[in-house]
Amino acid sequence: MFFRCLSGLLVLACAGTCAVLRVCADPQNLPFSNQAREGLDNRVAEIVANGLDATLEFVWWPERKASVAQFLDAGNCDVWFGAPSGLPSALTTKPYYRSSYVFISRRDRVGSISSLFDERFSSLRIGAQIVGDDYAPPALVLARRGLSANLAGFSLFGPEGEPNPAARIVDAVDTGAVDVAIVWGPVAGYFAKRAKSPLEITSVRPAAFAGIPFAFDITAAVSKNKPSLRAQIDQVLERECPAIRALLAEYSVPLEPEEKTPCASLQP
Amino acid sequence: MLQIFPLEGLAQLFRIFVPFFLAAIAFPQVQNPPDDGQWTMPAKNYASTRYSSLDQVNTGNVAKLRLAWTFSTGLTRGHEAAPLVVNNTMYIVTPWPNLLYALDLTQPGAPVKWTYDPQPSASAQGVACCDVVNRGAAYYNGRIYYNTLDNNTVAVDAATGKQVWKTKLGDINQGESMTMAPIVAKGKVIVGNSGGEFGVRGWLCGLDADTGKIVWRAYTTGPDKDVLIGANFKPFYKADQGKDLGQKTWQGEQWKIGGGSAWSWISYDPDLDLIYYGTANPGPWNADQRPGDNKWTSTLFARRPETGEAIWAYQMNPHDVHDYDGVNENILLDLNINGQTRKVLAHPDRNGRMYIMDRATGEVLSAETFAFVNTTESVDLKTGHLTINPSKTTGFKTVRDICPAAPGGKDWQPSAYSPKTGFIYLPHNNLCMEYQGTQANYIAGTPYVGANVRMYAGPGGNRGEFSAWDPVHAKTVWTVKEMFPAWSGTVVTAGDVVFYGTMDGWFKALNARNGSLLWQFKTGSGIISQPVVYEGPDGKEYVAVLAGVGGWSGAIVAGGLNAQDGTGAVGFLNAMADLPKYTTKGGTLYVFSLP
Repeated sequence: MFFRCLSGLLVLACAGTCAVLRVCADPQNLPFSNQAREGLDNRVAEIVANGLDATLEFVWWPERKASVAQFLDAGNCDVWFGAPSGLPSALTTKPYYRSSYVFISRRDRVGSISSLFDERFSSLRIGAQIVGDDYAPPALVLARRGLSANLAGFSLFGPEGEPNPAARIVDAVDTGAVDVAIVWGPVAGYFAKRAKSPLEITSVRPAAFAGIPFAFDITAAVSKNKPSLRAQIDQVLERECPAIRALLAEYSVPLEPEEKTPCASLQP
Repeated sequence: MLQIFPLEGLAQLFRIFVPFFLAAIAFPQVQNPPDDGQWTMPAKNYASTRYSSLDQVNTGNVAKLRLAWTFSTGLTRGHEAAPLVVNNTMYIVTPWPNLLYALDLTQPGAPVKWTYDPQPSASAQGVACCDVVNRGAAYYNGRIYYNTLDNNTVAVDAATGKQVWKTKLGDINQGESMTMAPIVAKGKVIVGNSGGEFGVRGWLCGLDADTGKIVWRAYTTGPDKDVLIGANFKPFYKADQGKDLGQKTWQGEQWKIGGGSAWSWISYDPDLDLIYYGTANPGPWNADQRPGDNKWTSTLFARRPETGEAIWAYQMNPHDVHDYDGVNENILLDLNINGQTRKVLAHPDRNGRMYIMDRATGEVLSAETFAFVNTTESVDLKTGHLTINPSKTTGFKTVRDICPAAPGGKDWQPSAYSPKTGFIYLPHNNLCMEYQGTQANYIAGTPYVGANVRMYAGPGGNRGEFSAWDPVHAKTVWTVKEMFPAWSGTVVTAGDVVFYGTMDGWFKALNARNGSLLWQFKTGSGIISQPVVYEGPDGKEYVAVLAGVGGWSGAIVAGGLNAQDGTGAVGFLNAMADLPKYTTKGGTLYVFSLP
């Protein structure tokens, strides 16, 4: 349940002194967020709330379908971190990082794989995240290559109470249940650290194929009718760029090259 | 037959004798009990005819119909349920939080007797694909049975509102939810899951009505033992014959995430002792990713209610590429076809075809189109094979003018059959869609690329239709055009009046013989529910319907979605952008009678 239902007044107050910044976050979705506030986006939210001189309040809500409508349009929270740039029906900030889908594999079994056209795929068991109602984007290309039979789907979601459902696909690589897996970069980077086997993580190449992108800019999303809040968050994200870069390193997020050098405006 | 008579007190006596007596007399639909004026299950009876033999309200006087009383559910999401009427009490299940209201029909204004609150998980709201709807409850042996969005089936004492049992059947965390109305047959409460949008594996489940214990679970995909296919499984067509087809018609392990949920209607034939239901579309959505027939998705099944054992199956849409769930209702009829009386089921499918099938064997007798269709050419009655139009298949490409669109020629909105006219009354859609293979999206911290779908009105510009269909001659008799998809169920009576509601909030009565409009009433919100007809304690005939727009089609109003994002609600928003101009949200029951 959303913990509170406030009027838009508090948000307007953010133009000067913002009383509360309400942030929608999933209660059980590491590495991005959890109720113990251990996730990357929990930490980015703290930085932004501090920068806005606002009290941070998390509104816990599983991120499933229609998140924009439930989070932002319904007025249940002001901002939601970790949204892809250009998300329809919301305003997204400038990206605070860019990551990619990666191949993750055991160094002692298949070694490193980076190309979607690697000839070894036809004899490998390939784990792929099930995102929405489709496979992760690189797997779409493998399916087109006639490799559907090699794919094993992993839901983003686990049984009630399971702390890290997103980790299962990385664990499957670790234990050898699959030979290689296609995983969204931040998930792979974070859970690979606890693996028992040495794992290789490489960004999927090419970075896009047949119009399907495998790398995405990640932003904060606000409601369409709050452009001033977006501008304020953009300012904080830029000012706090070094701190956010440090966080990304701490969470082992595989980063992709960006158009502009990160923290460019802060460099001498 | 005995179990569905809701008799108490003095009437207990009749429990023993009445059914035997009735079984002995000739009755046109042998599987149906005589009409006692009550409404004990959403489809009225096991045959799912939604036919009331009450005729107080008829073509001659329906114009005088007026509002008798109303009741607000206090909720604003889509209301899809049919009210039940048993022992002078009306039972209403609401959308999430799935309250059960009991209203006392013996008192003026039908005050609330009690309210049961199952306290479903709040986060279940985020899992439901298409609004947080519920399609209703079923009455059986003194209890009300229904499903909650967070995957519980509950049994509630019909007299006291006390919970008798509650059984958890699925996991919302993994994307499952439950929205369908159970059917209770031979002491088993039969229910299925929703959630094909999240890569779940579909199932149908039989629970012991007394205890809530799970007796059987039949999966839609996987090896025969999981699908409950055994020695008695005799599909009519070769394409459905063979071992472990639920596994072999997929590549690798894809059947484990293959979809095929059972989120809609179940019918029951006590004579043949078979339940009938259809399974939803396969997953993943993008068909390029799942080569093969993808059995047993988009399939009609006949099973034994006590064990779940499959007796026959017919896959209507092998390797579905259009989101054509096979879950629509099956009306069980005895029809004279080519001089022979055939026990048939009538199934208006999402693919726009009305399947008339021998319900004992699974043979297709006809499969003609009731809506505008360009995705398929024909069904070969000898082989059961559906010929599809290759230029309208989806995948990693842009395809325009796919008709019908993903919600089908007709979605879940249940039809009715009148033995007096011999027609099936079909509320349905006239929608086409444009499909683009790629659009960036996001779920649970993970960006992805999904299909970009936009729906719009089909030929003629009207988005909905209400038709009368002749199942013997397999053709439309008359059609009324509707501006919006006709997303409500319907009920037809012995007074030759057929009732349905529109998404802009008109509750209408048509002449069942020719479709002429006899009466209409503007409700406070659009109607996407199932009207019912009953006899009140005062002996008068009443017509009841829940208003409260929402559902997949009405999400733009109930969910407050952004009209600028035409791809919202899986592309339905594009076709419904003007709905907010015509209606607002809010759940209210309307009950009508003659003065």
